[in-house]
Formats: sequence, C-alpha cells, structure tokens
Amino acid sequence: MSIGTVASQAAALAAGNLSSRELTRAALDEIEARDGTLNAFINVCAESAMAAATAADELRAAGRAGPLTGIPIAHKDIFCTRGLATTCGSRMLADFVPPYDATVVSRLADAGVVCVGKTNMDEFAMGSSNETSYFGAVRNPWDPAKSPGGSSGGSAAAVAGGLVAAATGTDTGGSIRQPAALTGITGVKPTYGRVSRFGMIAFASSLDQAGVLTRTAEDAAMLLAVMAGFDPRDSTSADVPVADYPATLGDSLEGRRIGVPTEFFDDGLDDECATLVRAALAELEAAGALLREVSLPNLPLSVPTYYIVAPAEASSNLSRFDGVRFGHRAEAVTELNEMYSLTRQQGFGDEVKRRIMTGTYVLSAGYYDAYYLQAQKVRQLIADDFRKAFAEVDLIAGPTAPTAAFALGDKVDDPVQMYLNDIYTIGANLAGLPGASVPCGFTGGLPVGLQLVGPAFSESLVLNVAHQYQLATDWHERRPAGAD
Amino acid sequence: MAWETVVGLEIHAQLATQSKIFSGSSTAFGAAPNSQASLIDLGFPGVLPVLNGEVVRLAVRFGLAIGATIASRSVFARKNYFYPDLPKGYQISQYELPIVHTGSVEIPLAEGGSKTVRITRAHLEEDAGKSLHENLTDATGIDLNRAGTPLLEIVSEPDLRSAAEAATYMREIHQLVRYLGICDGNMQEGSFRCDANVSIRPTGEDKLGTRAELKNLNSFRFIEKAINYEVERQIDILEGGGQVVQETRLYDADRDETRPMRSKEEANDYRYFPDPDLLPVEIDDSFINQVRADLPELPAAKRKRFIDEFGLRADDVAALTASRAMADYFESVAQAVGNDPKLAANWVVGELAAALNRDDLEIEASRVAPDALAQLLQRIQDGTVSGKIAKEVFEAMWAGEGSADDIIDKQGLKQITDTGAIEKVVDEILANNAAQVQQYRDGNQKVLGFFVGQVMKATQGKANPQQVNELLRKKLS
Repeated sequence: MSIGTVASQAAALAAGNLSSRELTRAALDEIEARDGTLNAFINVCAESAMAAATAADELRAAGRAGPLTGIPIAHKDIFCTRGLATTCGSRMLADFVPPYDATVVSRLADAGVVCVGKTNMDEFAMGSSNETSYFGAVRNPWDPAKSPGGSSGGSAAAVAGGLVAAATGTDTGGSIRQPAALTGITGVKPTYGRVSRFGMIAFASSLDQAGVLTRTAEDAAMLLAVMAGFDPRDSTSADVPVADYPATLGDSLEGRRIGVPTEFFDDGLDDECATLVRAALAELEAAGALLREVSLPNLPLSVPTYYIVAPAEASSNLSRFDGVRFGHRAEAVTELNEMYSLTRQQGFGDEVKRRIMTGTYVLSAGYYDAYYLQAQKVRQLIADDFRKAFAEVDLIAGPTAPTAAFALGDKVDDPVQMYLNDIYTIGANLAGLPGASVPCGFTGGLPVGLQLVGPAFSESLVLNVAHQYQLATDWHERRPAGAD
Repeated sequence: MAWETVVGLEIHAQLATQSKIFSGSSTAFGAAPNSQASLIDLGFPGVLPVLNGEVVRLAVRFGLAIGATIASRSVFARKNYFYPDLPKGYQISQYELPIVHTGSVEIPLAEGGSKTVRITRAHLEEDAGKSLHENLTDATGIDLNRAGTPLLEIVSEPDLRSAAEAATYMREIHQLVRYLGICDGNMQEGSFRCDANVSIRPTGEDKLGTRAELKNLNSFRFIEKAINYEVERQIDILEGGGQVVQETRLYDADRDETRPMRSKEEANDYRYFPDPDLLPVEIDDSFINQVRADLPELPAAKRKRFIDEFGLRADDVAALTASRAMADYFESVAQAVGNDPKLAANWVVGELAAALNRDDLEIEASRVAPDALAQLLQRIQDGTVSGKIAKEVFEAMWAGEGSADDIIDKQGLKQITDTGAIEKVVDEILANNAAQVQQYRDGNQKVLGFFVGQVMKATQGKANPQQVNELLRKKLS
C-alpha cells in the first residue's frame, strides 16, 4: 500500500476508504520491511501506535474526528515522549524514558495524530550527516551509500523512503531544511518561538526550533497549524496568533517580490545545484513573482558565528547529563569527579565533546568578549541584513545546501567541511526567521532543494510560495526506488 | 601597626513565595527529601524554566526600601559549575544586569550616630539543593526540595569597619526584609544566610587588602565571631611577614575558627552568559509606583516616629521596633492606655519581652494579646492595682487564667484604698513594734521601710503604697 501524503491519507480517512488502523499497520509494515536498510528509526512503538489508531478510528466513528485524526507520523527522537524511550541519538540517554510529553508531541496527539516511533538523528542534533548518532548512520533512500543529511536525517529518510507521510524535526542551523533538500522532500522550520520548545531536548536554546518534514507544503501547513502556538511552559514561545496556514496556500504569487541574495550563489555552491535553483526561481517568476537581487553582506560570517553561539549554549545545556539523576552513569567509580568525567566520556560521542569543549572555551574568562560577545554582535548584524532585505522583498529564495547528498564517511573526519554544509541555512536560525526547503530537481540522481526564507511569523507566505511552486512542478512527487 | 578591618557582606534572603522561582513546586520547609522537586527542579531533559512573577515584585519592594535603582531591564544568566546538588549544571542567577542596584541603608553605630552602608546590588537567583551524608555509607544523598527556591542576594560595598558593624548591618537587613514581608528571616531553616568578604589594611591606607570570603555565617553571633577570628588570623599573617591568600573559608562554629574550603569547590570559572531560556525582566514605572504605594512604614522611619511621637528612649525604641509585629503590638497597647506611652513601653520591653523570652515565643505567639495587656495597664492607671500586684496579675494572665479584671476579682487583688481599713492595719503594726517606733522617732528614717513592708505583708500587697506611706509618716511624727 502506498503511504501517500498527509492530505491524501486525511481524505481517505474522511471518505471512509481507509481506517487509521490500516494506515498505521501499513506504516509499521513499511518500517518493518525497509528500515533495516535505512536505519531511520531508533524506536518503533507498534503496540501503542495501534492502540492510538484504534482510538482514532473510534473517535471518527463517533463523529469527533479532526483533519489529522488517525494520521500516523514519526517524531524525531529529540522530543520527549511519555513512557517511550527518548535517546536524542546518544548513548547518554539510550535508556531514558521521560515521564512527560513534549508540547509538540501532546499537541499532535491531542489532534489525533498517531506516533509510530522515534526517528534517528545526529547525537543531540549536532551534525549535518546523521553520522554522529550512537545508533548508527541513516541511509539516504535515493542512494544507500549517501547521507540523508542531518540532524533530522531519520525523519527525512522515513518520509522520503515512504515509511510515513510526515515526521517532526528540529532545526538549529538547518537540521530540517538540509536533510529535506538531500532527500527530496519538503521541510519547514518556523519562526523562532512559533512552536514550543518544552520537552524538546535542548541543543542551542536561542536557535532551536521544531518543525516538520513532509512530502508537500500542504502537508506541512496541516501539521504546523496544530503544532504552532503559545505555550506557557516555554517563556521564549511567541504569544502571537497562529494564522490559518492551509487557508492561504492557494493565494496567487502575482506581484510577490522574491529576493535572491548574491551571497547564496558563492564559490562553494555546486554548479549543477546553482542551475537547478536558478531554474526554480524562473518557475516562480513564471507564476507571477518578481525576482530582485538583494544582499545579505554579513551572511558569510554566519558559520563562524553559529559555531560560537551554538556550542556555547550547548556546553551549558548538556551539563545536566552528569550521571546523577537520569541517563547513563559510569560504573565502578570511586569519587565524584571520576563519576562526572567517566560518565560524560562514555555517554557522549566525539562531535558532542568537540562542541562542549568549543563552547566551554568561548565562554571562559578572558575569551568571552572576543568570542561569545563578538558573535552576538555579528548575529545582530546578520539579523539586520535580513530586516533590511525584507524592507524591499517579501521573501528570500536560494539554495538550501551547497551540494546534493554526499557519501557517508566523506566528511566525518573534517568538521569544517561538514559545518560548511549549513552555510545557507544558518542565517535564518541566527535571525530567528521561518524557512523551508522544497525539492527543485536532481543532479546525478540525487535531489536538490530550493530554500525559502521569510520575515518573522510569515509562515503562511513561506508555505503559500512553496505550495504554488509545487503546483507548477512535480519534483516533490518523485520517489526513490521502493518508496511509492 | 594599627590595622583597619574592611568587610562587605553578601546576604541571601529566601523570598517568601508559595512556589519556586522557575517552577510550581512548593517552597515549604521540612518536607520529605525530593517530595517538592518537580521535573523542572530536577533539570530533566527538555524542560524549561518559567519565571514566578511574585519574586519580581518582592525584589522591587526591597529595592525601593533601600532607595535603590530598579532596573527597567534585568537579565537572568547561567552560572555554570558541576555539583551533585546543582541539577542543571548551572545556577540561574543575574550577573551583568541585576534587578536592583545602587542603594543604601543607615545603621546605628555603637559609639552613637549612624553610618550609611552602600548596597551595590540585589539580584534574583535560584537556590541549589542539599547533599546529605548522614546515615549513608559510600554514597551521598541529594535532596532537591530546596533547588529552585527563590533567593535575593544582597551585596554590600566594603563599607563595614568591624565585626560588630557587620553584625549590625546584617541585623538591619534582617529586620528590613521581615518588615517588608519578603523573607521570613528564619536563620535555622536557612532562609537568611550570609557570607562575608573580610580584609585588613594599615589604618589610613586607601587600597584594599586581599580578602577572604567567609561562608556559613548563619547567626548574628557567628558573623561577629568569625570576622573577629579572621581579622586576627590575617593580622598574624601580615605581621609575620606573610601574605593573605584570596580564598573561600568556612566558619566552623564548634571550633570557632575559619578554615579553607577544599579548592575544587571554589576554583571555578563560572562562564556566565545570558540564559537563552528566559526573557529579560522588563519593569515599567507604573509597576514600580504600584509596589511603592504598597510599602509599609520602614524600621528607620518607625524608630524616628516612636522617639518623636512617644518620647521614648532609643534603646526601648530599638527593642519595640525589632519587628513589625512587635511595633504593632506596642502601638496597639500605647493607644489603649492613652496618655502614658512610657508605661506601655516599659511593660512590652519588660514583663512581656521577658515572658516571651522565657517561653521562647515570637511576639506573634504571645499568650497575652495587646488589648488584654492594655486592660491590665489601665488598672494600674486607675489605681485598682499597684505595679507590683500587676506583675502577679500578668503572670496569671500569661498562664491563661483569664483577663486582668477576672484575675483581680477572683483573687481579690483589688488595691485597698479605704483609708480607714489601712489605718487599722497601720495602728496594729505600730502597736506591735514599739521598739522600731522608738528607733524612728530617734531619727532612724530607714525604719519607715520596715513598717511599709509589714503593712504590705499584712494586706498581701494590696494596700495602696502611697496611702500607707502617708499614714505611717503622719502617725509616727
């Protein structure tokens, strides 16, 4: 059975052609059959999924179903799920079972969504290839030798591979948009504060934002409509009304001003990718949009800025993993400092340790001003660049990643090359802006993504433009072998 | 060489809120370990702090009371260090931008007069938990009930010049936070704690000496003893040609000494940075004005008023204004007895304070209510009982035997003012003590006291002393 899209599943459920039990069973069967290769899931919860599906079917029978009731999805394993192991891709939390649900999880559950399992990810969301996961790398459904990107690589592979129609993700520096681009699906990172961070294990608190990975912008709109909104348990969540995202998908692009930053088309961008992205921009123009060249002069500083701010926050956020109250604790230790150091030495992988050390360094006495404070100033300049650009255009468009999917193992020994993969996505995180990636073509049989970035709280516009692009193209309908 | 002591204090006052600073857990003292620790207090993955607005109001209340600047924008920062009772691996505090800064208090000096002690800042922070070692072998217990309890850290400038001044300042702040109702001031339960930065310098020198930070000074007595010990220690070092090391030292009350804390507990680079989980605290003028309108009369103003309005002595006023409840009690009694506030003051500072002290009670728990005491004092004023008998009545009231009037009535303690009755007793006494009568008449005036005593004894103290005196003088002359 084809998994289809959230919209098609919702239609089938509403028409009574399929039950949630059937859809959920189909997703579980696909996972069972194909996840041995993909490794997209860390945990599959067949039993609770079927129970939730049954409940959803009963709700529907009682005439109390909403638009998402009974749709099976997967959660990135960074979202705490009550009673279901939440590992964050780390040995540190390999056996951690939270007694609470993240707000994202509870909101979707309240809307009747069925959770089939938890998806693989780079450890603590630190990575762009999914290779830092304690549970092994995820494979790209388009080519098992290639990375699906990261850190939401498991969610991306699960959707691209047709195991589920949608999965949640988080994006701190591109962790939704980059894997979406590398696996040929749609990924949306909302405005910082649009979706609650409560129960989402923190990597870099001022940058982390939850979003979705789906096949279409329409599906993303349906899910975000439920996920978004103020949460009193997250002081940084925005008390701003949530727009009706699905309602404006059909708006015309006539007269929409789309800015194309020169800095997005730098030497690092693969020629083929550049050609495909230019073609996608032309497609938007054909649909009525007005293309304008804009400049984000400080954007080239975004990677070094990000790799100061994010590790600084991470070094502090990850201090709670000390073996005292939860998570891994080293055995056979004789004193406190030994317990701390062995626990963390064993519990964390290399990339996490690298970032904790970097972050500790940049916050240290004598270095704080030169690094952390300076980075905050540059971050402000980057945000100002976007603000100025949005005075002239409604939306910014460009490539999501510099290349299509790279081979597993290719960049693991060169952190800087790995970090540069996020060069076009990090800006939106530093400025707190909503962004999306939609598939815009193929190079060497691998998908390429078009990135859209809008002003704060312009999710409706980002989704509208993405949807209009998908009405005009069929890249998002292409499926890798085996996933139909 | 003459040395000058230089002290600055960091006082941690636990703010009197029902729930913790960043979670809904109760702050009540004495619960079973970890029964008041939520997932937020435990620092579980993904949970987030949400500021309890009440702590902001209490901090502003304090800031206004010390004439400080209230920051229109203050920022929570993370103080990073590892310790088992610090759940998140960082303490949420305020660093560069505290909620309150640049204030001062006046403290009375022992030699008379007063001095201004500048308060650098007062900032909000969360408390850590507690490590437990009792009844455990090869293990340490962690109780996180206290983790997340709201604290106001009040940091003074190094303006104090002796251990006694430091203790006076600490008392002043203690009294102030209790007046303001922002802290219960309970030092046994750790609601009010103090660290002292102590250094010495040659008298006349401007430059500060190297300081030691003394921890664990949790009583007014200890702070004085600890500073005195530390000053002697530093003088010995400097006069011996050595140098004071900047370090944290723990005061051991049992041995009355300070000693260095293990270095790993203090050698920290806290890597402060703004907490990205919390928004800056924004305070506008209308909020400040609202809090200001709600301020009670503060201790200094009350002291001045008691002296001006009631004409009381400074030492009595100090005792009467020790707490708001004490001052309220006194004022209530003083009002009832009208024209004699000194009588009210003498009784509150004297008999009442002694009884409270004897039973180890706070004024709030007094066994004699203000109106009951006032009734007794009115009986002194209207001559129903003498001051001496009144003390007996007070003891009976304290023991719960009833109101002043009931007791006077039941025990027949009403003063004998009937001149005829007193005269009869006087005549009897004089008749039975001819020798003493002769002594008096021979010029020994002191014998009068003997006769007064005899008359009072015969009347069980009920005879009006003034009348007795007058009658005796008349009959003996």
